[in-house]
Amino acid sequence: MRGFPQDLVDEMSDVAIRLENLGKLYHLTGPAPRYSTLRDTLSGAFRKAFLEKKARRALREKQALWALRGVTFDVPHGSILGVIGRNGAGKTTLLKILARVTPPTEGYGEINGRVGSLLQVGTGFHHELTGRENIFLSGAILGMKRAEIQQRFDEIVDFAEIGPFLDTPVKRYSSGMYMRLAFSIAAHLEPEILLVDEVLAVGDAEFQRKCIGKMGDVAKEGRTVLFVSHNMSAILRLTQEAVVLDRGRVVLSAPTREAVDFYLSQKETGRGEYRWAADQGGRSPVPFIPLALRIRNPSGQTVDVVRSVEGFFVEVEYRLTAVTSGLRVGVRLQSIHGELILLSFDMDDPGLFESNSLRRPGHYLTRCEIPGDLLNEGRFVMGLSANAHRMKPFVEEEHVLTFTVDGAGAPGGQWAEHRAGLLRPRLKWQMETLE
Amino acid sequence: MAEGFLKNEPVKTYLRPLEGWAALEIQELWRYQEVIYLLTWRDIKVRYKQAALGLTWVILQPLLVMVILSVVFGHLARLPSDGAPYPLFTFSGILPWQLFHTGVQRASISLVGNANLLTRVYFPRLSIPLATVLSSILDFFFSFLVFLGLMMFYGDFPTWRFLGVPLLIVLTSLTALGVGLWLSALNVQYRDVQHAIPFILQAWMFASPVAYSAQMVPHGIWQVLYGLNPMVGMIQGFRWSLLGGPPPGAALGLSVLAMLILLVSGMFYFKRMERTFADII
Repeated sequence: MRGFPQDLVDEMSDVAIRLENLGKLYHLTGPAPRYSTLRDTLSGAFRKAFLEKKARRALREKQALWALRGVTFDVPHGSILGVIGRNGAGKTTLLKILARVTPPTEGYGEINGRVGSLLQVGTGFHHELTGRENIFLSGAILGMKRAEIQQRFDEIVDFAEIGPFLDTPVKRYSSGMYMRLAFSIAAHLEPEILLVDEVLAVGDAEFQRKCIGKMGDVAKEGRTVLFVSHNMSAILRLTQEAVVLDRGRVVLSAPTREAVDFYLSQKETGRGEYRWAADQGGRSPVPFIPLALRIRNPSGQTVDVVRSVEGFFVEVEYRLTAVTSGLRVGVRLQSIHGELILLSFDMDDPGLFESNSLRRPGHYLTRCEIPGDLLNEGRFVMGLSANAHRMKPFVEEEHVLTFTVDGAGAPGGQWAEHRAGLLRPRLKWQMETLE
Repeated sequence: MAEGFLKNEPVKTYLRPLEGWAALEIQELWRYQEVIYLLTWRDIKVRYKQAALGLTWVILQPLLVMVILSVVFGHLARLPSDGAPYPLFTFSGILPWQLFHTGVQRASISLVGNANLLTRVYFPRLSIPLATVLSSILDFFFSFLVFLGLMMFYGDFPTWRFLGVPLLIVLTSLTALGVGLWLSALNVQYRDVQHAIPFILQAWMFASPVAYSAQMVPHGIWQVLYGLNPMVGMIQGFRWSLLGGPPPGAALGLSVLAMLILLVSGMFYFKRMERTFADII
């Protein structure tokens, strides 16, 4: 900080981000408020003139959504803060305000230092341009100076492993190459404050490991990172402190482990059941509206605890608002630390998929049996995934609810020790006496 | 190496709700000149990347317009052309008109076309329409070369008046920017704008002395009203610079005034609206 009095520098460097009572209100004017036409504004004005003031306010409140409200916290320089919360909790809105993409509706915020935002991989990419050209373009848009990009050029190319394709238009890249290049550019940004939204969720496992490693390095260099993710293991690994957002409010700000535990248990709105809020469905422009996800024991009760030896059912209740082709609805089972154990779809059977290629609008219930003698004791996370062929996924929620598996009667139960591992199948053992 | 990036300007940013009119922050635009440069370069590069005729289009477009206008207005309607050969006369009007036309057209849809940037990352939003206007200046240079060729074909040669051309390019581009700022910001909210633009530009062209001489407009109050169209003075200026004939005089002054009003109001309107772009685009 050349040319700045030292005391000023000191004063500046105690907090990187200070937020006071920040709020963001979105007005929803329908299922898909993309943009208005002049006619809408005119007819809207006409309608307004004839509506009672009271009715008007009621209408406004109904159509308004506080994506964030009363958000207050400080982030000291050099710390990595995790931001967790379910979909629609306001995480992305928060990052967008910090990145100055959108202004807050109320409140006040202060950022000390240059901000680099990584709200999506490939920001500024143009598919007609070559890898080399995109490095300069995307780098500049993300805030790097030309000289810096030149300096880091080789590093970026090496990290992305795209050497031979440097002068090929990125539209000819495989999606893996594209992601690697995009992340590599972003990873070599060096702002004082880095905002990262879920970008680590891309690429294969090997590349994800590499990315998480890189993020760790960034933090070691003393920069401030705000890290949004659904991946609890990444959050646990990278951050020491985390805030939990729920419906636009900060419900907890604590050391990461505590925050993750709170977040996971806070999701238990109904035991063994999660119901999606109606307005979340109304907002979605996709035909698939999830209604509920339930865990049921063999006798049909909705439960939070199932037995390892018994098996249980997972139910997905949903509504389809339009005829959908190639729809598949599935559950994803994860460990509490974010490792995916299995992903299974209702249409996995090729015969079923053929006979159900078109699904009509209606109210559906899909049930799946998870067999007994499969899961070890412990907490597990159930997620929902619904998509149709070649379309943006309708729902992709890794974490919908958590449930407990009780180990009573499971193989190896005669020993008191805790049996490690996620699975606990009853395997066949044979023993032969050879001598 | 991190020093240069991190430490050259300690930045303190305030996040506040938006209220009323915002400052223009021209100095910030200056800081982001590399982004403007790269966006301009991207626009140029991408535009001709997969067109078989590539840059030939830049030359072909004004030539075709010239031929059409020459046949209809020069040959059939026999409009006067201030003493110059009609094709040269109309080409000297097409040059600034195309500069304005492409600039406005591209700038107007530029924000919507870059929605993915607007919703992901911060940089001065003004750089997007600005880059499109800058990129249309390159097109102008190619058409200009064609004009020079045509001029020599008719046995005419550049004079000292050519010195006015750079200034006129700047004035015309600023006019395009002023109009482009208004239309691009309006287009974010009202997509009707992009449907209306072809008609606006067509009407505007006939309200400008591209195919006919400004001398044909009745003198007095009509000339003054006519001069409120900033392109009137610019085109007259170009024509004078390139071919001689009557100097633009007061018309150019009036046009510059109209341009400044458009530009400054456009910038304020744009700055007022830009913070909502990401929410409504």
